[in-house]
Amino acid sequence: MSAAPRKQVGLFVTCLVDLYRPVVGFAAIALIERSGNYTVQVPDAQTCCGQPGYNSGDKESALAIARQVVAAFEGFDYVVAPSGSCAGMIKTHYPDLLAGDPAFAARAKALADKTYELTQFLRDVAGWDGVTAAFAGNVTYHDSCSALRELNVRKQPRDLLAKVGGLSFNELPDGEPCCGFGGTFCVKFPDISNRMVEDKVANIEATGAGVVLAADMGCLLNIAGKLKRKGSKVEARHVAEVLAGMAQDPAIGEGQ
Amino acid sequence: MQSTSHLFKDNVKRALKDEHLQRALVHVRTKFIVKRQQAMDALPEFEALRDAARDLKNHVLSRLDEYLVEFEGNVVKNGGHVHWCATPAEARKTILDICRSTGAKTVTKGKTMVGEEIGINDHLAANGIEPIETDLGEYIIQLRGEAPSHIIAPSVHVTKDQVEETFRKIHTDLDPARNLTEPASLLHEARVKLRGRFIAADVGITGANFLVADTGTTTIVTNEGNGDLTQTLPRIHIVLAGIEKIVPSIQDAGLLLRVLARSATGQEMSAYTTFSTGPRRPGDVDGPDEFHVVLVDNGRSKLLGTEFEEMLRCIRCGACLNHCPIYQNVGGHAYGWVYAGPIGAITTPALIGIEHAAPLPEASSLCGRCESVCPVRIPIPKMLRAWREEAFERRLHGNRARWALKIWAALATRPALYRIATGIGVRMLALLGGKRGRFASLPLSDAWTEHRDLPAPQGRTFMAMYRGKR
Repeated sequence: MSAAPRKQVGLFVTCLVDLYRPVVGFAAIALIERSGNYTVQVPDAQTCCGQPGYNSGDKESALAIARQVVAAFEGFDYVVAPSGSCAGMIKTHYPDLLAGDPAFAARAKALADKTYELTQFLRDVAGWDGVTAAFAGNVTYHDSCSALRELNVRKQPRDLLAKVGGLSFNELPDGEPCCGFGGTFCVKFPDISNRMVEDKVANIEATGAGVVLAADMGCLLNIAGKLKRKGSKVEARHVAEVLAGMAQDPAIGEGQ
Repeated sequence: MQSTSHLFKDNVKRALKDEHLQRALVHVRTKFIVKRQQAMDALPEFEALRDAARDLKNHVLSRLDEYLVEFEGNVVKNGGHVHWCATPAEARKTILDICRSTGAKTVTKGKTMVGEEIGINDHLAANGIEPIETDLGEYIIQLRGEAPSHIIAPSVHVTKDQVEETFRKIHTDLDPARNLTEPASLLHEARVKLRGRFIAADVGITGANFLVADTGTTTIVTNEGNGDLTQTLPRIHIVLAGIEKIVPSIQDAGLLLRVLARSATGQEMSAYTTFSTGPRRPGDVDGPDEFHVVLVDNGRSKLLGTEFEEMLRCIRCGACLNHCPIYQNVGGHAYGWVYAGPIGAITTPALIGIEHAAPLPEASSLCGRCESVCPVRIPIPKMLRAWREEAFERRLHGNRARWALKIWAALATRPALYRIATGIGVRMLALLGGKRGRFASLPLSDAWTEHRDLPAPQGRTFMAMYRGKR
């Protein structure tokens, strides 16, 4: 009797993981392959999901990139991104964006149906509860707006973290508001963005946690940058690093 | 109303430095949000009601012309008058003519955002008729010479101390030694001042939360009862309403009332919900002799059938303002025109033109909290993006951002070139970031590093490392 064929998972690395924190990409691969009968592949023809154009009104640029992503990823059984924002872009916005393109509308919809944020995939698709990693410390968790409100992902990362040995979890008070990143928003309206991240960081510090985790590098760069500017001891990491037992690198924005 | 929406960035700078405003805005994030949540928790079917409310409004918008004509017929049957006004100027003239027909000297007013839209107060005053706001918040800001900064809480930007200061400055006939430290004493003083005005007014102008087509009824909700005195005591009652306020029946108004107050203030119902059907009939003990409904289009009908149609579902509850991190930090006046917050950021470009309000749809992190609380599920982030698209197509923003996007897109659609460029960039940044792992400042990154450090990349791109390992 032969085993069921392994399902092929395409990893959408995301531009910020690619550029800023490659360890998150490797952690994502390890987690997906541990979670079930999956083989992860990383298509070369990927760069970005197109959000900068899509959210800035540059539809033409967004369309060109969306078509490229659809073509590169439509052959996989699943597509996973270690980001609520990029997964949300593919899952909830590509079908709208490409709706008027007869060559791509159905393909975008099909891709959307099989695209997941990492923790969402691990829990809802793989049904995985086999986390074996250990992480000694108090952590809190920041839900990105896109994970929370576009993808309805809230319970999944918490369920996974509950299995991490030695980890204690402090819920973040007033967790629903945005951290103030918002892509180009944070540089277009730096003063408002600053107020938002000030509030977020104050709530993070109020938990008493030593580490803040999140599933989106955009939020993490913003939050880590503010924590460090304040001289806070709280560290920021992507949740995949902790879940995969790959949290040995210096935290985001920390030196060697 | 003169718009300063195009100066949003300057308005924001001022707002963030305004200590009174910042103190006043704390109420928005604490009181409104908590009370709404409690109301949601107490009503398990709230999500289903939101769906029903959305569907009802969609239905109405698909047959707006029919329902408006039905409404008109029933108002007339009840002895009232309906005036169709395409523009603010037409609406102002219509109202002024009605006021003049009775030789009006003073006009009391209930809260109406459409009144702000058409600038009725200034127009009446310029023509020798004194408008008197009777909603407490509106009364306060009228004395201060300000516009409302919130749809349902017009003076939310004013602190109690400022109200006291304003009352002492304007109510000079009262004892200067009087005690005004308690909110109740301020309320009492406003009541005393307004009571005589209600009785003396020749005309009362109210807005409408709903216009009921099959009975010709108009509806207002208030928490002060001021609307009732405004519309019952004067000889003439003028209802000023946008054409999108129509509902088919009283039952439909009931559905929207169930989501309105809960979303707005967390109340199950507002303290007063008043239905007005025509002028005083023979034998009625009170009510106006004349009942006029002024229907204002002002650009609304142009939205029908477009990607912006859904904004006409708005029932003006203010929940999107309360939950918006932008509004919470800068308040309503920064938006520069009548409607503030997320609904303002999509409505203002529709009513005064995107070329006069281009910064508003930009001022959002697209966090989606507005849509998540909207009782009629208006996809506000989607519309913010649609306005951004229109602004981009019409080149309303500088060329710098445009070029940056085009260069980025050219790279992003050429993966091999992208790898080379990003590989070099990331290595340089990592080297510069060095042992510290972050930057306190970096050329061209002021907007980021003004307020926060910029974390340095780990050193190599994921794609380079992954290919190296394979």
